[in-house]
Amino acid sequence: MSHTTHLPDRRAVPDRDEAAGAAPDRTTPRRRAHSRHWTAWAFLAPAALYLLLFYAYPLYRNLDLSLRDYTVRSFVRGDAPFTGLANYQTVFDDPTFAPALAHTTAFAAVSLLFQYAIGLALAVFFNEHFRLSATLRALFLVPWLLPLIVSASTWSWMLNSDSGIVNAALNAVGIDSVNWLTSPSWSLTSVIIANIWIGVPFNLVVLYSGLQSIPSSLYEAAALDGAGAWRRFRSITLPLLRPVSAITLLLGLIYTLKVFDIIWIMTKGGPADSSTTFATWSYRLGFGNLLPAFGPGAAVGNLLIVAALGFGLMHLRVQRKQYAS
Amino acid sequence: MNSFSGQRRLTVAVLTALALATSATACGSGLGGTGTKAADSGTYTVWDPYPQFAGDSAWTKLLDDCGGKAGVKIKRTAFDTSDLSNKVLLAAQQDNSPDVLIVDNPVVPTLAEAGVLTTTDDNKLDTSEVDPNLLGAGRSGGKTYGTPIGVNTLALYYNKDVLEIAGVDIASVRDWTSLTAALAKVKKAGKKGITFSAIGTEEGSFQFLPWFWGSGAKLTRLDSPQGVSALSLWTDWLKQGHAPNSVINNTQTTSWQEFASGDYAFAENGTWQLANAEDVGFDYGVLPVPGADGGTAAAPTGGEFVTVPVQSDTGRYTTTRKLVSCLTGAANLYTTDTTLSYLAPTSEVRDKQMAADAKFKPWAEAVKAAKGRTSGDLGTKYPKISEQMWKAIQSALSGSKSPKDALTAAQRAAN
Repeated sequence: MSHTTHLPDRRAVPDRDEAAGAAPDRTTPRRRAHSRHWTAWAFLAPAALYLLLFYAYPLYRNLDLSLRDYTVRSFVRGDAPFTGLANYQTVFDDPTFAPALAHTTAFAAVSLLFQYAIGLALAVFFNEHFRLSATLRALFLVPWLLPLIVSASTWSWMLNSDSGIVNAALNAVGIDSVNWLTSPSWSLTSVIIANIWIGVPFNLVVLYSGLQSIPSSLYEAAALDGAGAWRRFRSITLPLLRPVSAITLLLGLIYTLKVFDIIWIMTKGGPADSSTTFATWSYRLGFGNLLPAFGPGAAVGNLLIVAALGFGLMHLRVQRKQYAS
Repeated sequence: MNSFSGQRRLTVAVLTALALATSATACGSGLGGTGTKAADSGTYTVWDPYPQFAGDSAWTKLLDDCGGKAGVKIKRTAFDTSDLSNKVLLAAQQDNSPDVLIVDNPVVPTLAEAGVLTTTDDNKLDTSEVDPNLLGAGRSGGKTYGTPIGVNTLALYYNKDVLEIAGVDIASVRDWTSLTAALAKVKKAGKKGITFSAIGTEEGSFQFLPWFWGSGAKLTRLDSPQGVSALSLWTDWLKQGHAPNSVINNTQTTSWQEFASGDYAFAENGTWQLANAEDVGFDYGVLPVPGADGGTAAAPTGGEFVTVPVQSDTGRYTTTRKLVSCLTGAANLYTTDTTLSYLAPTSEVRDKQMAADAKFKPWAEAVKAAKGRTSGDLGTKYPKISEQMWKAIQSALSGSKSPKDALTAAQRAAN
């Protein structure tokens, strides 16, 4: 913020004390500091207001929804009784809870692992400059640019049991058809595959830019010392890429936890809840039925937020430790 | 340093207060907006679930004509069906409901339960001409909450060419046994049997109901032997390859696309596909869904109800009634339903429709046997039952549970 406070001053000044000395007016430094804070807050106000209106208030509303017993009637009248954690109890006792937790964990873990591994491999590959490298890299971004409804619908056509191209290809090489989206043992795998495909470009871009910042002199020195490609990757690339990797994985995790569109379009969380995650479950409770259950739906949503927040805090701690050491 | 952080705290407090004040005024002006609407008595709002009709469509013109006759201006907003009920609940919460609401029939009891809709006692709509089995969907707790604007329902479309190749005489298909026999013949001839939609949403339950009701089962007891026999019929079709595995994920639209490919002998689908059926490029016929032991099974009614949401300014109901009567009165119903390609909810207008076009005939029969999903005072219990039902269908068809176990679990969860 000190940056903003300096804006009214004509010339760039490195710090506060110098600024006070540079402007020759008679107000006491105390008052000047005072008014400068107000200027600072005035600059901050739009952002703060925005955050309050569009982040804090919806979060508060969602918390409120999850702590009251909402029926359609009390939703309209706004007189839903406060029931404490009853909705959370309902959610925990629901037979869908354990499978949804398992699916969410598996979905996030497997997606992240493959997205990161493939993304890193591609980033290292494109870091070697060769002809068409830039063009190819741009092409790899396509999954990222497509609207999710398009990519998810395309995946569900390709994986269709009877007329999908994937099964046609399998049949052509003599393998039996797989009911990708309609068999309880395959549906989760199918949505994970689609999600990996969508997530790879993000990992590629971020890791690639991370690679660019590693000085090539390190590699040259290592090569002179006789380190092979694998050794250079393990001893230079991976350790120096660690901060970038951490943020990539964290952002990827938060994104993956809330993935909803792909699953909903491809399987609706089915068949028989076999690909239901917290995100789809929350939606189904709140909107997937003619009679909405807003309370439990909001409760599931809040659990997701808490999980993402937990991982975010963990990241901050790890990062602080890294800086401290 | 200390005074600095104290200052900061004060500033934060002031800013928070400011933000709250601003948002409070924002709410205030929102309410003011509602007030203007009430004061602007010359404009009446209509919400419908027909986003496919643009501003220059016959439907919009019909609305404007009715508004003109009542001496008011119409402000029409079209929503996606699945979006509409939540939008209405939110609007009612803010006392900002539309004057006329056209809404999918199974939602009516839910909105009635929420206290959003007026009864026909209050809004004085005349529903005497409407067939009782069709009005049933809009009844809850002994009261009626609107009038059907038009109805559609499900029946079996069949591909005459495929049946000819397979040597099936459609007249022989009278019950489930003969239908399954016909499917076996089709399969033997190298063609595909039947396609439907068993997706894990309301659509799946909707498509299953003709078979469920056709077995003699009741929604109050999902796991009755009849109910199990209906689900077993579907499951066996999948096992024997009479129906494709993709039905588990089919919406009614994707199921129709399968039928339109020309390979399938039968497709369970709705009145709304009639226009598309003309374009499929093969000869088709329509057969009401047969009951387990013959006869016509009761199919669920689709289609919307015209309802009048509660207004704080009760003076608006008089004009609203004029608008609704204009849309659903005997004189205009034929135009309305032709515009929307629905069957009329009154037998008189349906006769007129059949006289104009013979292809409505099997549909009129199906409509006569049809039943509202929320009928029989199920009301707001139906959504819960339906959700468990589609879960059971998905479990059985995907092979994770037997039909009996799936329906037993569903019955336990629905209670």
